[in-house]
Amino acid sequence: MRRNYPEKPDKVYFMGTCLADMLYAEAGLAGIRLMEREGVKVIYPRDQTCCGQPAFNSGFQEEALEVVLHLIHCFPKAYPIVVPSGSCGAMMVRHYPELFEGHPLEQKAIEFSSRIFELSEFLHHVLKISLKDQGVPVKVTWHTSCHAKRELGLGDEAKQLVKQLENVELKELEREDECCGFGGTFSVKQPMISGEMVLDKCSDVLKTGSDYLLSGDCGCLMNIQGSLEKQQSRVQSMHFASFLWERTRGS
Amino acid sequence: MDTSRSQILNALRNSRTGIPFSESQDLPKIPVPEWNLEEKVERLKNRMEAVHTEIHECTEKGFGKIFREVIKQKKITNLLYGKKTNWGNKLEAMRQRGPKTMPELIPYQKKIEDCKETLFSVDAGLTQTMGAIAETGSLILKPDGQEPRLLSLVPPIHLAVLDSKRIYSTFGEAIREEGWSRPMPTNVLLISGPSKTADIEQTLVYGIHGPKQLILFLIR
Amino acid sequence: MDNPCLKRVFTKLPEKRWVMFLDSGELETLRNLAGGIRRDTVSRLPDLLEELEPNCQQNGIQVHWAQTTEEANSIVLNIARKADAKLAVKGKSMVSEEMELNHFLAENGIEALESDLGEYIIQVDHELPSHIIMPAIHKNREEISEVFQKKVAPAKKSDTAEEMTETARQVLRDKFRRAELGISGVNFAVAETGTLCLVENEGNGRFCTTMPRVHVALMGIEKVVGKLEDLPPLLTVLTRSATGQPITTYFNMISSPRQDGEKDGPEEVHLVLLDNGRSRMYEDELLRDTLLCIRCGACMNHCPVYTRIGGHAYQSVYPGPIGKILTPQLEGIDTAGYLADASSLCGACVEACPVKIPITDILLKLRHKKAQSKKEHHWTELEGAKNLFEKITWKGWKFAFSQPWFYRMQASILSRTAQFLPDQLPMLRSWSRFRMVPRFSEKPLHQLVEEAGIAEE
Repeated sequence: MRRNYPEKPDKVYFMGTCLADMLYAEAGLAGIRLMEREGVKVIYPRDQTCCGQPAFNSGFQEEALEVVLHLIHCFPKAYPIVVPSGSCGAMMVRHYPELFEGHPLEQKAIEFSSRIFELSEFLHHVLKISLKDQGVPVKVTWHTSCHAKRELGLGDEAKQLVKQLENVELKELEREDECCGFGGTFSVKQPMISGEMVLDKCSDVLKTGSDYLLSGDCGCLMNIQGSLEKQQSRVQSMHFASFLWERTRGS
Repeated sequence: MDTSRSQILNALRNSRTGIPFSESQDLPKIPVPEWNLEEKVERLKNRMEAVHTEIHECTEKGFGKIFREVIKQKKITNLLYGKKTNWGNKLEAMRQRGPKTMPELIPYQKKIEDCKETLFSVDAGLTQTMGAIAETGSLILKPDGQEPRLLSLVPPIHLAVLDSKRIYSTFGEAIREEGWSRPMPTNVLLISGPSKTADIEQTLVYGIHGPKQLILFLIR
Repeated sequence: MDNPCLKRVFTKLPEKRWVMFLDSGELETLRNLAGGIRRDTVSRLPDLLEELEPNCQQNGIQVHWAQTTEEANSIVLNIARKADAKLAVKGKSMVSEEMELNHFLAENGIEALESDLGEYIIQVDHELPSHIIMPAIHKNREEISEVFQKKVAPAKKSDTAEEMTETARQVLRDKFRRAELGISGVNFAVAETGTLCLVENEGNGRFCTTMPRVHVALMGIEKVVGKLEDLPPLLTVLTRSATGQPITTYFNMISSPRQDGEKDGPEEVHLVLLDNGRSRMYEDELLRDTLLCIRCGACMNHCPVYTRIGGHAYQSVYPGPIGKILTPQLEGIDTAGYLADASSLCGACVEACPVKIPITDILLKLRHKKAQSKKEHHWTELEGAKNLFEKITWKGWKFAFSQPWFYRMQASILSRTAQFLPDQLPMLRSWSRFRMVPRFSEKPLHQLVEEAGIAEE
């Protein structure tokens, strides 16, 4: 799955996602700051809500469609739309076209989909940012979001960005691309299985001896962070945007 | 049930949509490896030895000596084989020349219903092969009246003879070159090693239901 | 739930499989080819079945069609009765599991004995298989040894895998000799030649299809392929995906019963073509892709859910990801639709599938069908209540997330109050057993961008 990337634009939209909005607000703002620093004007439409994935993945497509109809009207101009979440990105890129199949707004939805970019791919491929590390030496590990990898077809863009940071040592997980067990409502509908999956993910994280767990997906992050904290681990969970911004903001 | 037949087919026909997939899209092609004879032999040997096949290379002339050694080493006292076959005739001639160094030869001549006792008690069976596949390390057998289907299955040791000139690179090449398809022989077998299982704790064990050993005489 | 046997195997198995494909480019080409052949086959399914039937008949194979498993069972029973069979030996066949054939034949006085070692162990211990390729994977050596001591050969020492294999060999060889009927599955049936192909390592499949006087092959209607030349790529992806082997010990291509001059082979060969809901799957262009499956089991081996809960937890013939999409379609969305929920939609199965079945897309479609289902009366009261609760939840969600003012209000209230929520609320309880309740940001992003003066249009 190769994605086509545009030239560096003057303006972009930022689609914060509902999870980042409520749980990882500073990651959303960090994502905006990282792009602004490259001279791009970032627009955050205030009426945006959610990509519709929670309902869509639960089989409630009609409900999802109404929320999506609201959402796509919030981004009317032809600017790229950047999302700090692989999973929401995958929903909008992969599933909007089918959700709108036969709908009067099908073309509009497809056009909307084609403007969606996940934050790490946008920073890496479109803005081609270079990062100057100003932090103390730390070890970090990276959890790949299933949807970013398998639905959106992302590679190691975020890891490439992290690797630019001089004082950061990236320790790979043994089973980096194994699901963390979140899966939206899966985590409450199948609590025992989901629980075992996240425990395994945490022990993989702990084995690396890292100070930070980074990810590009707020759902995975909320899940793994919750479990690490329950185990009173000292590993800090962070969205990669927050991490990149924190380590380079002085520059 | 004729009604079931037509109901199933009608249901499928009614919901069929569009043109066949292969007409709308070209399927990728897998290039056939260009191996010369030596490379094919090497590949076949590697693959087959990796799955516990014992391989003896010899000329047609040198077969007798090596064959007798194997028979002695494996303590094969009797051998089931196909009469009126090229290698069956050779075995008979060898036995005539030196009965002491050869096992008792038992031709597979009766119908299975009348020879189960023999079939299940012989030490070994010998078959010819119609060719082999280098890529996967497989022997091609086409059992027939002379060399029946069970000859390569029931005896605990399967001795097979292969002419190295008949090694194909791939399964696909064998199908094309040999002009299989209509009419297909009643039974065609690809055999890649002695029978095996890993159903107990994933431990690989050779010799479950079929032969415990596969010994190949590769004629150069 | 935490079966050490599964953990041991599945941390190794996926790697083993990929090692066989030396470079990923070759793998991708093979998947595209194999998937393409299956897609082509399924797109021409009725034509190919109509080609297969006369070609089989011309070869002397008798063809039977069954819409339901009941019909298929009675076809097999009739054949068995005509053959005067008391003992049938069976090779591995998932279709026969669908039919619950062993049970049915037993009720009718015919013993059907599994002969694949894994299946045999399971059958002797009155269990059901937990994996379609490795049926006894959930049992360790000690447990199997106990089964052998108790029920197979009490007099024999059967401790190691080698000893148990030898014991099973002797016991089953005797059965092969005596059985009047052999039953097998079919991995591929070639339409152009009327040939039935079986893939196996043990040789029991060859015994079942060669030794008894009558052979019955059971096949789902989707298992047909067009040409002989379609076989090599399908065989390659099947064996590599199933067990990481470049090929199995035996690839057995059966085109006819015993011919004049032949000394062995069955005198009769019967092919039973089973529909059992497959033509219904065929109605929908996406669900139809379920029929691409070649039953390799790779989706199970790579599934983070399967590898943790094992095959029995699915309570259906087909476990794992393929089971989650197959069973609700075979048994109905109202009885088995819940299986579609048992997935985190991580897509590891899609990545592993050698014929590229879009399993997660099919899961989503089945979840949609389940959400739309009106047949609530089939459910127990609790299930009905849960379903109603879920419907109401999503209605509420729709309202909250399509009204920006309401959404913003809710976000800002939550950010101020969520830390006071008791983690024993029913929704939170299952979450907080393994995790802390999520901490809401002090200020939602909406508020942060407002304060930071980020443009709004």
